[in-house]
Formats: sequence, C-alpha cells, structure tokens
Amino acid sequence: MSSRVEVAGVSKLFNAGRPNEVQALSHITLAIEANEFVSLIGPSGCGKSTLLRCIAALTDATEGSITVAGKSAEQARVDQDYGMAFQKAGLFDWRTVAKNIELPLELMGWKKADRARRATEMLRLVQLDEFGDHRPAELSGGMQQRVAIARALSFEPSLLLMDEPFGALDEMTREHMQAELLRIWRSTDTTVVFVTHSIPEAVFLSTRVIVMSPRPGRIATEIRVDLGDRDDDTRQDPAFFKLVTEVREALRSVEDSAG
Amino acid sequence: MSFLHRTQNWSAPAIAGLLIAGVWEAALRITNPDFFILPAPSAIVASFFATFADVWEATRNTGYIVISGLIAGVIFGVIAALLVTRFRAANDTITPLAAAINAIPIIALAPIFNAWYGITSARSNQAVVMVLVFFPIFVNTARGLTEVESDQIELMRSYAASEWTITKEVRIPNALPFFFTALKLVSSVAVIAAIVAEYFGGRVDALGPLIIQNASSTRFDDAWAAVVAGSMLGLSLFGLASALEYLAMPWQRDLRGDS
Repeated sequence: MSSRVEVAGVSKLFNAGRPNEVQALSHITLAIEANEFVSLIGPSGCGKSTLLRCIAALTDATEGSITVAGKSAEQARVDQDYGMAFQKAGLFDWRTVAKNIELPLELMGWKKADRARRATEMLRLVQLDEFGDHRPAELSGGMQQRVAIARALSFEPSLLLMDEPFGALDEMTREHMQAELLRIWRSTDTTVVFVTHSIPEAVFLSTRVIVMSPRPGRIATEIRVDLGDRDDDTRQDPAFFKLVTEVREALRSVEDSAG
Repeated sequence: MSFLHRTQNWSAPAIAGLLIAGVWEAALRITNPDFFILPAPSAIVASFFATFADVWEATRNTGYIVISGLIAGVIFGVIAALLVTRFRAANDTITPLAAAINAIPIIALAPIFNAWYGITSARSNQAVVMVLVFFPIFVNTARGLTEVESDQIELMRSYAASEWTITKEVRIPNALPFFFTALKLVSSVAVIAAIVAEYFGGRVDALGPLIIQNASSTRFDDAWAAVVAGSMLGLSLFGLASALEYLAMPWQRDLRGDS
C-alpha cells in the first residue's frame, strides 16, 4: 500500500535571500500510511505548523516534494482530498451550525437535499444533533470545535489535517474531545496528521509521535505508540506514562541541544 | 427581540429631550424677555405647522440632495473598497487618493462645484454630499473586507475556493457590521453637508436657503422650524440605516435575542 502522505526532503525558507531569512524546515522526510494517526510535537518555532501547511499546500515548500494520496500536494488541495481544522474553530457567524458543516459541500456543488442529509449525519457523529439551527456563537468552545471537525469530515476526506484543534480548550473539555476524535477516527476511514503542544495529548491520540526540533525545524526522533484501542483508563496505564516520559525526554534533549 | 423592541432604549433620551424643551419654554415664559432671538419651543412648533407647506417642500428638496448624494457615495465607496481588497494595484492607487480627498475641507468645495454646475443646480450639492459620504464608507468597508480571521481564509483555500467565492462567503458578510456603522454615521453627516452646501448655492426652495432667509429677516421661529425639519430628516435616515442593518444581519439579531 502506498503512503497517504509522502514528504521528501522538504525545506522551507521564509523571506529567502533577505536579512530576515528564516529556515523554518530543513530536509524533512516523512511517510504517513493510510489510517495512521500521526502527531507532530515540538517547541515553538520547530516548524510543525509550517509542515502541516506545506502538506495542505497552503504554503509552498522551498525545496523537496510532497505527495498526498498519490498526487502533488497542490493537486490534492484542488481535489479537496483533505479536511482541515485549526486551533480557532473558525466557524462563520452568519451561517447556522448545519450550514457551516454544509459549506464545503456547497462549494463542491452538492445538491441541497444531499447537503442537508449529510449535515444531519455529521451532527449525529459529533453528538450535536439538536444544534443544527443554532448560531455558532451560541455554542461553547468545545461544541464549536466539534462542529469544525464535523465540517472537516463532511465530505469524507481520506486525510484530516489538524493544527492544535484543542489548544484553546480547558483540560476537561480537551480530554473529552480527544476521546471523541478517536471514536470518529476509528469509525471513519481517515488518516490524521495532528499538530500539538501537549505531550499527553500526542501520546493518547497517536499511533506515532514525530518529535521536531527548532531552528531549523527538523525531525529529531519518532516514537511509535502501541497502546491499542484507548479509553479513559488508558490515561492511568503505566504503558501510557512510560511513553509520555519517553516523548518528554526526547523533547528535553531537543531543547537542550537547541540551547 | 424585534427591531421596534430596540427602540425601547430611545425612551430615556426622548423624555430628557422633552424635559429640556419644558425648562426652555418655562424659562422664557417666566422671564419673558424682550428679545425674540431664541423662540420658545411652542413658537417653533406653531411655526412648523403654520409654514408646513414651505418646510415640507424644502425638506423634500434637501432630502433629494441628501439621499441621491448618499446613494452615490455609498456605491462608489463600496466599489472602491472591493477593488482595493481585491487588487493590490487598486489599493496602491485608490487608498492614498482617497486619503488625499478626505483631507480636503469638502464643504469648501461647494462654491467651486457651484461654479462648475451653475449656481442653482442641485448637482454641486449632491457632489458635496457624495464626496463626504464616500470616505467613511470606503475606509470602514475596506477594513471589514480585510480584517478576516486568517484561519477562515486558509480554510476556504483548503476547499480550493476562488478569490471571488472567498469574497462572497467570508469577506462581505464580515464587512457588513463595519459598513453599517459607517452608513449610520454618514446618514446624519449627509444632512449637515447638504444644508451647509445649500448656504452657498443650489435650489432656493431647500432647507439651507430657508434657514438663511428666515434668520436674516429675524423670523427665528421659522428658521428653527426648518432646523427641526433637518433634524427629522437626519433621524429618519439614521433609523432607516439601523433598520437595514437589522434586516441584513439576522445572525446578530439571533445573538441579541438569546443572550
């Protein structure tokens, strides 16, 4: 089986050739298989969000190539092969919750009835059945983020790109959302690339954690997470703690060497 | 919450206004001064109805100047805002130009416009109103079109949405509150602009000339009646702008209703 995402020798320069030139990414090579859940973790400035944006073709790699679902990242963007969720839910106030979920479908030219049916299905998936006609601003932060995830999944992309989607949520909501995301990931056929600051979050969610180091952004190490199916008990599991410690130590050595 | 419901908070200022008028009236009646420079509210009201035919005619003529100038200024302001947010070259050209135009004391142009269009033409006064209306509409609308959350733009790009789709789905709804703030502002400014412009020329059967004629022949109650008519014109336009705002942004209405 070919990889869902293939990053080959990717470097990214901001302000290339100018005095304020910054090398955000340096020679990143990474293959992500179908149905993997991969987290990118690292200190600020390690380029994890930039890498995600390169995969999404929202910004161009200065060097190297990225393949998504067997085509160029740009083509994958045009073909809408991935769904995306950000730290801010980014819902549109002028649309109801259901219409927010329908937005990508609208842009893809789906028929009205099909859109409405899919929005209902997605609302059920994120357990917000009753809230289709509400305005986003009436929802709590966690509920808004669930709508954003529903919107990202509405057209059944095979790849979900998430940039610290739970970063703005409180701890309890966050753990709940993590469980929710895993449930959705298991019940759909989706590959996830997930950017986060949080070590327990990365370990709890992922099948693989990529630890990145800053200035320039590189892959320092990767840690395979073999926790099997997870639930709330996993958070008390010694194996979970052991992996959290392992990621923490990897991050420490990264920060020490970056000085 | 209905639109009329919101007028509830107008009751306090209305009562305050009536109180001031009452004190004014009482003070004049008690002290009974010889001079008649400041007529009593009752005299103004009496004059308003006594000369209603003239006042109405003048209000209609000034109202025509105001509304036509307002519409033209709004249309040009919105078009310019759309152009500068869409095309960089337009931004580099229009923005400094608009700032320069705004720096001109526009009322000072009235005599010059009169010379262009002829002293009794309505055109010059329309032009004054239009130029005065243009800038606030342009600046505010352009801000609303640009000050969009970057996540929301990236999200739309991830859907491979065209610039026009992004403008239609994100920028324009985002700009509506900015636009209506400016519209409410200029709706009263336009009346001031028209009346002052009329002091210099244009039709003689309008509010500006009516005030001048009456004041110079010491018919102050009649002059005040015309001022009252001008205020009512400004208030009506402000009310109309508020009503349009209410109709154009149902999502804000819903929020007010539920919070």
